[in-house]
Amino acid sequence: MPTLVSHPDEVKVISRRFGMGATDIDKYVELDGYKAVQNAIAEGPEWIINVMKASGMRGRGGAGFPTGLKWSFVPKQSEKPKYVLVNGDESEPGTCKDHVIFLHDPHAVIEGTMIAGLAIGSKLGFIYLRGEYRYLLKIMEKAVADAYAKGFLGKNIFGTGVDFDIITQSGAGAYEVGEESALMESLEGKRGVPRIKPPFPAVVGLYGGPTVINNAETIAAVPHILLMGGEAFAKLGSERNGGTRLFGISGHVERPGVYELPMGYSLRKAIYDVAGGVKGGKKLKAVVPGGSSCPVLTADEIDVGLDFDQMGKAGTMLGSGGIVVLDETVSIVEFALRTISFYQHESCGWCIPCREGTDWIKKTLTRVHAGGGSKKDVDNVQYLAENMLGRTFCPLGDAAAMPTLGFVKKFRKEFEDYIDGKKAGTPIITVDQLVGAH
Amino acid sequence: MSTIANTIFSPEMAARFDKLVTIYPVRRSALVPMLLYAQDDLGYVSDAAVAEIALRIEILELDVRNVLSYYSMLRTKPAGKYNVQVCTNISCMLRGGYEILDHCKHKLGIGHKEVTPDGVFSLEEVECIGACCWAPAMQINYDFHDDLTPEKVDVLFQMYKDGQGKDVK
Amino acid sequence: MPDVTFTVDGNKLTAPAGTLLIEACKSAGIEIPAFCYYPGLSLQAACRMCVVRIEKMPKLQTACTTPVAEGMVVQTETPEIAQARKATLQLLLGNHPLDCPVCDAGGECELQDMTFKYGAADSFYAEPKNHREEQKWSPVVYFDRPRCILCYRCVRMCGEGMDVFALGIQNRGSSSVIAPNVPAQMSPDDLAHVDCEQCGMCIDACPVGALTSGTYRYKTRPWEMNHVATVCTHCGDGCKTTLGVRSTSDGAEIVRGDNRDKSGINGDFLCNKGRYAFDFANSPDRITQPLVRNSSGVLLPVSWEQALEHVGKKLRELRDTRGGKSIGVVGGNRLTNEEAYLLQKFARTVLQTNNIDHHRTADYVSFAQALAGTTGKAASQRDIEKSPAIFIIGGDPTNQNPLTAWNLRSNVRLNKARIYIANTEEIKLRRNAKAFLHVAPFGYSALADLMSGDDSTLESLVQPGTNKQVALDFRAALRAEEEVVVLIGSELRGGDLKKVIEFGTKLPGRKFALLSDYVNSRGAADMGLLPDMLPGYTPITAGSNLATEYNIATEPGLDMLEIFDAAGKGELSALYVVGANPVARFGVDPAALRNTFVVVQEMFLTETAALADVILPAANLYEKSGSVTNSYGDLQQVNKAGDRAGVRTDFEMIVRIADKMGANMRALVPFGKGLHADMGQTRGAQSGEADRHAVWLTANNLEPRLSPFDPMAILDEINRLVPGYSLLRLQLLSGNDQHLSPAAPSDLVQITNRRDLVLPANDGLFTSGTLGRYSAMLADLQQNAASRTAAAEQTAAD
Ligand SMILES: Cc1cc2nc3c(=O)[nH]c(=O)nc-3n(C[C@H](O)[C@H](O)[C@H](O)COP(=O)(O)O)c2cc1C
Ligand code: SF4
Ligand code: FES
Repeated sequence: MPTLVSHPDEVKVISRRFGMGATDIDKYVELDGYKAVQNAIAEGPEWIINVMKASGMRGRGGAGFPTGLKWSFVPKQSEKPKYVLVNGDESEPGTCKDHVIFLHDPHAVIEGTMIAGLAIGSKLGFIYLRGEYRYLLKIMEKAVADAYAKGFLGKNIFGTGVDFDIITQSGAGAYEVGEESALMESLEGKRGVPRIKPPFPAVVGLYGGPTVINNAETIAAVPHILLMGGEAFAKLGSERNGGTRLFGISGHVERPGVYELPMGYSLRKAIYDVAGGVKGGKKLKAVVPGGSSCPVLTADEIDVGLDFDQMGKAGTMLGSGGIVVLDETVSIVEFALRTISFYQHESCGWCIPCREGTDWIKKTLTRVHAGGGSKKDVDNVQYLAENMLGRTFCPLGDAAAMPTLGFVKKFRKEFEDYIDGKKAGTPIITVDQLVGAH
Repeated sequence: MSTIANTIFSPEMAARFDKLVTIYPVRRSALVPMLLYAQDDLGYVSDAAVAEIALRIEILELDVRNVLSYYSMLRTKPAGKYNVQVCTNISCMLRGGYEILDHCKHKLGIGHKEVTPDGVFSLEEVECIGACCWAPAMQINYDFHDDLTPEKVDVLFQMYKDGQGKDVK
Repeated sequence: MPDVTFTVDGNKLTAPAGTLLIEACKSAGIEIPAFCYYPGLSLQAACRMCVVRIEKMPKLQTACTTPVAEGMVVQTETPEIAQARKATLQLLLGNHPLDCPVCDAGGECELQDMTFKYGAADSFYAEPKNHREEQKWSPVVYFDRPRCILCYRCVRMCGEGMDVFALGIQNRGSSSVIAPNVPAQMSPDDLAHVDCEQCGMCIDACPVGALTSGTYRYKTRPWEMNHVATVCTHCGDGCKTTLGVRSTSDGAEIVRGDNRDKSGINGDFLCNKGRYAFDFANSPDRITQPLVRNSSGVLLPVSWEQALEHVGKKLRELRDTRGGKSIGVVGGNRLTNEEAYLLQKFARTVLQTNNIDHHRTADYVSFAQALAGTTGKAASQRDIEKSPAIFIIGGDPTNQNPLTAWNLRSNVRLNKARIYIANTEEIKLRRNAKAFLHVAPFGYSALADLMSGDDSTLESLVQPGTNKQVALDFRAALRAEEEVVVLIGSELRGGDLKKVIEFGTKLPGRKFALLSDYVNSRGAADMGLLPDMLPGYTPITAGSNLATEYNIATEPGLDMLEIFDAAGKGELSALYVVGANPVARFGVDPAALRNTFVVVQEMFLTETAALADVILPAANLYEKSGSVTNSYGDLQQVNKAGDRAGVRTDFEMIVRIADKMGANMRALVPFGKGLHADMGQTRGAQSGEADRHAVWLTANNLEPRLSPFDPMAILDEINRLVPGYSLLRLQLLSGNDQHLSPAAPSDLVQITNRRDLVLPANDGLFTSGTLGRYSAMLADLQQNAASRTAAAEQTAAD
């Protein structure tokens, strides 16, 4: 069972009820649960969207798209039913924040889904969890059943005449299904491959109906935002980056865990104060700041605020908020190889640049790692990644190309030294292991 | 009572499937979870399971196979009673994931995607399982085990061997 | 859609809003490379070859998914774009076997072409390529996985285009693979297979050599073949097929069939028969020498001269001694129009008999009579592609008229056409239909009543236990349609057929077509291979132009069954069979022909040929020139592709026999220019025929024919004399199909109570009348299908 951590710098909004037994519906109600949705019913869609716009909330799934704006794109009139989709596929390496939300506050996800539904005029929401999260699915299923039993879900909720249903859904192992249109395909019982855009989901989404899809954390934050007010939430964060978010800090730190920090909080402080610094007092080598798809930052690039814009300026991304800390012992060659292996394994295979590009980068790095590399291989890897970037069908190709480019550009010397037999770091993957698994 | 005569699934699972296809706007939406639940019931997705699921969802067997082969958790060969899935992705790797994997291989005497001769354990190296902050981590069937050390792994294996391990489906 | 204006590579273009950029560019002559894009199939955007730069867009965009928009500014060939395409090709080639020298697609491969253009041949990967064994999915479909570039054209073609769904995509990422619907572990031989219609459309759509054809593999290279476009001989749809031909020591062997340039009436489409079943032409069983039965009853090879002399002499003698009425003639459904026309003219004017018939596969006489006096009511094959609504009564296009089925499906998919089906069987096309009326067995007559507004037989129309309202709703929905093509199966004939058409002709916007089997079943009827009808459904009893011109008896002759009855009674002196197998088809007792002199023009020793006194080895449709008319009345040109030493076209044989009989050749086949105009004047009604022909030709800027063996000479006469065949010669010669609508002249008395002699061939996908038996490939496919069915039953029983 994941351990709950805490730190004085944390601002607990989304994680307010963590560890307080809020999986129990009565406890949840006692902790102001299901109030926001009743307000929302009373105030109406426009009000909800306005509050969300004022909150400066930007999607926590990775791209940071303003949530209020996204909801406002859904056409008011639609022949086909509209849907709300909660993206709980959480598969980006380094990310485990939705995990704790499902574990500690399932009703917040349900309530947020309902509010999103009210905002866009939908009567059915889906909460999609990755297949591996079976025990969390059970928690969600129970919470949904409890909400139905109380009359919070189903027909005439809270006696207001409004209907809303929620279906929980399990995936079966596929990172790509986290991509919004691939998730819709999966939910329609198909291979989890992305769809051509446009049309965007807000217009043509699940079953062809207008659909809002949000990350589980985005959705779980909604009731809190409605209760505290949009402006109040916005003020917690930095400019154009409203509120707080859950950061998962993992890797070589003393106190890894999921912490709720204000947007714009210093990355350095997150590592050194919140997570207790580099494990064993070792030297920091690099940080992957927002899940494995974000370009790496070197030890001297960590004086940057944790929000979408500042990270963008620093040449990387805030992504899914999974901060992975690498100490001086790490071999970047090996780390790059492990990263690309993931994307190679998870590429859906739809388009050529991603399917073949990830495969060739992985093959090349595998050979380099095994000691059979030449300097030209580093150029080749860079060439491959550059030619994937921006050319693939969906952003998975970018997610593979960007970190690769980060590694070879910022640590080029380390690659070259490695090829020359001067291996930095302490390799931990044996050649044997690589052959076995992938 | 199952809507399918001579179902190959347990009565509970068959009943669950009967319902599952009815809850969505479109029948086919039941496919991905149904495949996973079928695997829970049978240990793997057999050809007979493919045939019955095709019937239940009202699609071609080929469609079922297309989908089945896409998702990495689904398998068409039996695994051990307890499928040990060790994460070696970046966060776990940094905190000893490979060491844990090696330890499991050594301890169970099997490699990636292999099954112990007694059929009790199988082993798999997997991609990130969403437990990065509690690394290194693994799943035995659906249950998470965090902050692993080789010693902890030994204890776990013994527990499962003795039938004391958690196994929630 | 209104037109929008946009700029591509500096050129101002216009196209209807919503047109895909890739298509708009193609229309303007700007070719954008693409692997996955295939017109008419769903968009894929998977290959990323079509990337272009669009102003104001941050990334390169795929032209295959971008609709043109007002003011859009596009670049299609910049260094950046070339680099993107080159990189994509390099990625593909990394794992590609580069076995172009032995690959069937070599020379016709889109990957090869692209590599040539973007220069991506240099590989910088040190890793070994993934090798996989080639798989035989069926007798005609082979899959070579390493060559596959995963464009998914085949999968979409099979599913969306063919509605078969035999191919899928399995695994993911770089393990992704095209998979057939019978996995190895479900197959008795532990190999993967396709259980499908074997149409080969997947092979056709494949841009590389990943899918190859069982008939063509490793046989030759594209550039070693001659490519001749002609018309498929197998069914009444009349697909254009391009035959790849290679010279051999005794002629020219056909090695491949496909619709190479995707033009013609069938566009992209070709079914398995059009694609593979040309192999009968190469069969070792072919008769290549004239055979004459000697006094001891044995068929012995003789020279052409001897054989023709014998036939001519014998026929003349029998005609002169026992009268023309003692001679019967049976023509075929795979003859060209020119041959069919010439055959009936020869029968009527030289043999002096109206005892002429053919294996009728649909009631075209009633069809023509029902449409008499109307114009624009006959539907063409192309209408099936475009009409907003189609009503199908009877028939099973999926199995019997594959192009019709393809056009119907495409129309539904691309234009949202509405299909209404009424059938006694649950035919597969009902999956694409808006409404399906399951007609009770033998219910077509009642259906015809219903359609004409008579509800009294409703009870016998619907399936027992079905709500009758369904039928009424069906009719109401159909009546509400403004524009409908009514496609009629050969089950409907005579009065029923007329009822369906007559009712429809009263409504606006109705067109009709009658489906039949074989390439020229329609032509055979149009050309008057009938005892009671002259060409163009002119009743022989009426004093028509034709009858006058021919100067022949105006009483109907014996029909097919009467001819054999007459033989049985010893009243038939001679039987002349041209490209038909009536003995097998109509179950004729061989003994009936004991006292008849039988001449058969055939390719094989069929049941009929086996009874002949003389067998003349015939060329088939792929070895001759002329024209054919499909079920719809669309006329197309047939071109000689193959050749076999020793055989002759039916046209030539008829002419030579006539000559040996001492007939007036210039009257039979008008040829030569004005040479004997004076002679003509002495021949009364037939006067000046050659002359008029020459005048017409000159007026149309065409060369007069100089040889009696040139079918074009007869085509001119058909053009001039056969009602409805006012064709445009230049259109025909340039390879276009023309829609003709021969209909019985309305001012002529219609013959009622004709005997129903229609016997549909009911050929399925793997059969083709007698001819089909001589195609090894069709035999293989039948066996393959049977073994699949057996395996399926086996599993079901387990
Ligand atoms: C390859 C890929 C994987 C993704 N995985 C996830 C995921 O696991 N969870 C998630 O919430 N969003 C994921 N996303 C982002 C989603 O596509 C989508 O932007 C997000 O769910 C929108 O929610 P938000 O606006 O609340 O961020 C992924 C995107 C890509 C391209
Ligand atoms: S087999 Fe051919 S058509 Fe099919 S995906 Fe491969 S390359 Fe494309
Ligand atoms: S043709 Fe556009 S991506 Fe393939």
